[in-house]
Amino acid sequence: MAFGAFATGVAREQGPRRKSRIALLLLLPGILYLMLFFLVPLISLVLTSLQEPIPNGDIGEYQTAFRWENYADVIGTYGEHILRSFIYAILATIFALLFSYPLAYFIGVKARRWPLVQNLLLVLVIAPFFISFLLRTLAWKSILSDEGFVISGLKALSLMAPDAHFTGTAASVIFGLTYNFIPFMTLPLYSTLERLDTRLLEAGGDLYANPAKTFFRVTIPLSMSGIVSGVLLTFIPAAGDYINASRNFLGGSGTAMIGNVIESNFLVTLNYPAAAALSIILMAVILVMVTAYVKRSGTEDLL
Amino acid sequence: MASGAFAESGADLELVGIQKRFPGFTAIEHLDLTIPAGSFFALLGPSGCGKTTTLRLVAGLEDPTEGRVLIGGKDVTKLKPYQRPVNTVFQSYALFPHMTVLENVAFGLRRRHIADPLGKAHEALRLVELDHLATRKPQQLSGGQQQRVALARAVVNRPALLLLDEPLGALDLKLRRQMQLELKSIQEEVGLTFVHVTHDQEEAMTMADTVAVMNKGEIEQLGAPQELYELPRTAFVANFLGQSNLFTGKVTGTTSSAITVDIEGVKIIVPSKRAQRHTGEVTVGVRPEKLHLLLKAPKVDSSVNVLGPGRIIDVSFSGVSTQYILTIPGIGKVTVFQQNMSSGPLAHEGSEVWVSWDVEHGFGLADEPAASPKFSADTDTATIALQKKQALMSELEEA
Amino acid sequence: MISKLGFGKWALPLYAIIALTFLMIPIAYTFIFSFNDSLKTNIVWRGFTFNKWLDVCNQQEVCEAFGNSLIIGVTATVCATILGTMIAIALVRYRFRFRSAISLLLFLPMATPEVVLGAGLASEFLTAGVDKGMVTIIIAHTMFCVSFVVVTVKARVSTLDPALEEAGRDLYGSPNQVFWRITFPLLLPGIIAAALLSFALSFDDFIITYFNSGTTNTFPKYVYVSAARGIPAEANVIASAVFFLAIILVLISQVSSAIRRKRLEKVS
Repeated sequence: MAFGAFATGVAREQGPRRKSRIALLLLLPGILYLMLFFLVPLISLVLTSLQEPIPNGDIGEYQTAFRWENYADVIGTYGEHILRSFIYAILATIFALLFSYPLAYFIGVKARRWPLVQNLLLVLVIAPFFISFLLRTLAWKSILSDEGFVISGLKALSLMAPDAHFTGTAASVIFGLTYNFIPFMTLPLYSTLERLDTRLLEAGGDLYANPAKTFFRVTIPLSMSGIVSGVLLTFIPAAGDYINASRNFLGGSGTAMIGNVIESNFLVTLNYPAAAALSIILMAVILVMVTAYVKRSGTEDLL
Repeated sequence: MASGAFAESGADLELVGIQKRFPGFTAIEHLDLTIPAGSFFALLGPSGCGKTTTLRLVAGLEDPTEGRVLIGGKDVTKLKPYQRPVNTVFQSYALFPHMTVLENVAFGLRRRHIADPLGKAHEALRLVELDHLATRKPQQLSGGQQQRVALARAVVNRPALLLLDEPLGALDLKLRRQMQLELKSIQEEVGLTFVHVTHDQEEAMTMADTVAVMNKGEIEQLGAPQELYELPRTAFVANFLGQSNLFTGKVTGTTSSAITVDIEGVKIIVPSKRAQRHTGEVTVGVRPEKLHLLLKAPKVDSSVNVLGPGRIIDVSFSGVSTQYILTIPGIGKVTVFQQNMSSGPLAHEGSEVWVSWDVEHGFGLADEPAASPKFSADTDTATIALQKKQALMSELEEA
Repeated sequence: MISKLGFGKWALPLYAIIALTFLMIPIAYTFIFSFNDSLKTNIVWRGFTFNKWLDVCNQQEVCEAFGNSLIIGVTATVCATILGTMIAIALVRYRFRFRSAISLLLFLPMATPEVVLGAGLASEFLTAGVDKGMVTIIIAHTMFCVSFVVVTVKARVSTLDPALEEAGRDLYGSPNQVFWRITFPLLLPGIIAAALLSFALSFDDFIITYFNSGTTNTFPKYVYVSAARGIPAEANVIASAVFFLAIILVLISQVSSAIRRKRLEKVS
């Protein structure tokens, strides 16, 4: 979806460049804006990540330097958080994919005969977008709290140990991440499955493939571009999220993710270089993983 | 084009030394073409042959790499599309979806500040018998109706030249026949110069008074439909317009009125005026419906060419006629169409037969069939399709 | 075999119903608790009341934060839609150098985690000595909305049949006339969709806002900050109201387009 839309962006350089003056006028404001408020901040982040404290300075006072040890320091201190972020994000992405695929398949393929129903189902999928991200996460916190009927019910049925908790655990954070990013997964899946030519599935059946084989050999490969978009759109924000893992939401003392430590370093302890170094690490790891993933799934033209 | 005025009548179109290169390939190598005023001219060719590019060059939607475009004797090469007295009926019709049918038709008139645009638009819609749908949106019309609106939208401007880019391609067969006749009668009624691009040989032959067959960016042959059919000059034309049986051999004798070609030991006579070459290797052709199927070897007759004996390998019945395919040792496959005058097939698979034709029906080509073989069409269309895609991409980029 | 077929037929719709119900749970919870006769916190159900709906601005802080979110959302949407639409048109319609670099510049903000975007801008503002507040939030929101506008409008631009504009030029329309009479009206639905998306993104954004807000409060920031001590039911009222407004708008557009489709089918 969003990622595929840039597919044709990387165009071949060719031919005479016509009317480049108008193009320049159209592009300039937006591009300058992005340079000033996206690119320069990234550079500023890199510079900040290499700063060192001013000797005898106050908390939060740093000067320009090339202190590469900052990176070693944050990896030493927060290695656990970094690792945890990616594990949580990967698990949430997998769960979101498993949850979304049948749903998107139903809406995109089975509900095709009734366009209005199809659109209404789609509205339900994106409905969570319309209610505050934070409030819906808090709602889950209340529903799944120890006093809530779900957990007390499970305990009454002895399906959960009487002293066990759900909120505050890793499972609860992964649950929250999964829930919150399901629409990001379902929408791109839907948009490719909606265009799936069902005659190809019939052809699969005709050529002696059983339904399972048809699904894995025909349906999945044909919806690969949607899977790739959905995985990226889920994984990237999930890896950087810190709401779900925050102690006031679904997380606990042992669930802090990289986003949480960036926030606390930047806004609480004013350790800007550490926050900046962590941000750069997060971004770099994401870019490497995304590139590798896109390359492996054979849809390079997405980027 | 001066605003506020209509073209007096159709104008002639002249293309001088046109060349068009796109990044990566050449669409038109070298093109000289004159289309007289008031004619219905068809550019016929397979997809990717450069015919649509030619049309776009005339419309001004594409700039030629080299050469000039003249309309009514005036050089318009440097003019923008909106400055040319030319209108186009697009392949996709390109009706503006956000305007009513009437507003679509009045669009060009309004841009040129012509008085009473709506009245004239209604008039044009009456011409195509769609005035009762004037307030509809284009999406509410059927394909044939949209096609007619597109035609009205172009014709209403009384352009000196009306360009039609495969305008009937999206219609089903029956509607296409009907529209062909309507287009023809509208052209006669308004007296404009029509330039019609198509890959459908039948369409070109029924509608146009002059047909130019294009192949690989060049015009292979130009003439009246019947002339092209009866006397194709190249193997491409012989096979693109209908089917032909082609045989290649050396010229062994020449008289004042005919040449004799030796095809694997058989002497075939072709009238000199129907042969493009008179010496050396010559490819001789004859249409399948001009062949007679004989069950016995005929008597020698200098006004008739005979090949055979051969064996029938396929018989297929198609209503009015039956198609026989036979192989003649040393010569190869020959196709024969036989009118179904009597009931039942004349010959059966495996029958030994001869074929004959009037000397006057044969023709001699200017090139060899190998130069443009019909059989390598697959690889050919693949590359052509790729080029077409690139062309479209670059057109889109450019637009 | 028959029972298997029967199961296969019902499994998917049944799953879809359960899955969609699951998605609705926190929405329903938030809505129900907007009627809770709560005191300061809104965790335990204390009885039904309409009061929170009737007197939302009883909690002045909530209302003020909501107002700020509206102002920021509208301003950022207008800026991002204008900038993004211009870029989208240029990308599809013109050829220029550095095209791939520009595409990358547009793609990266969408592939960058919000924390990084927020921290980056905050560090820039820190270095430049800019005071954080409403303006810095608007700057930040416009930045991350631009790419989404480009994507949305560009999708619309590329579905346009280029022959439509050619027809406009062919029918004596100057480049200017072709743009305003053909291209722009046809792009309008895409531009509106992009603007709505921008507003939704801006209105619900927390992470980037939090890094660049200074003392200015927005609705999500208010919820985050109050999460520790409990959130008043008024917040649920506002969230529910926004939710239903959005849903109603979407439903109206869906149903009206369905009606239009029906009418088209009837005609042809």
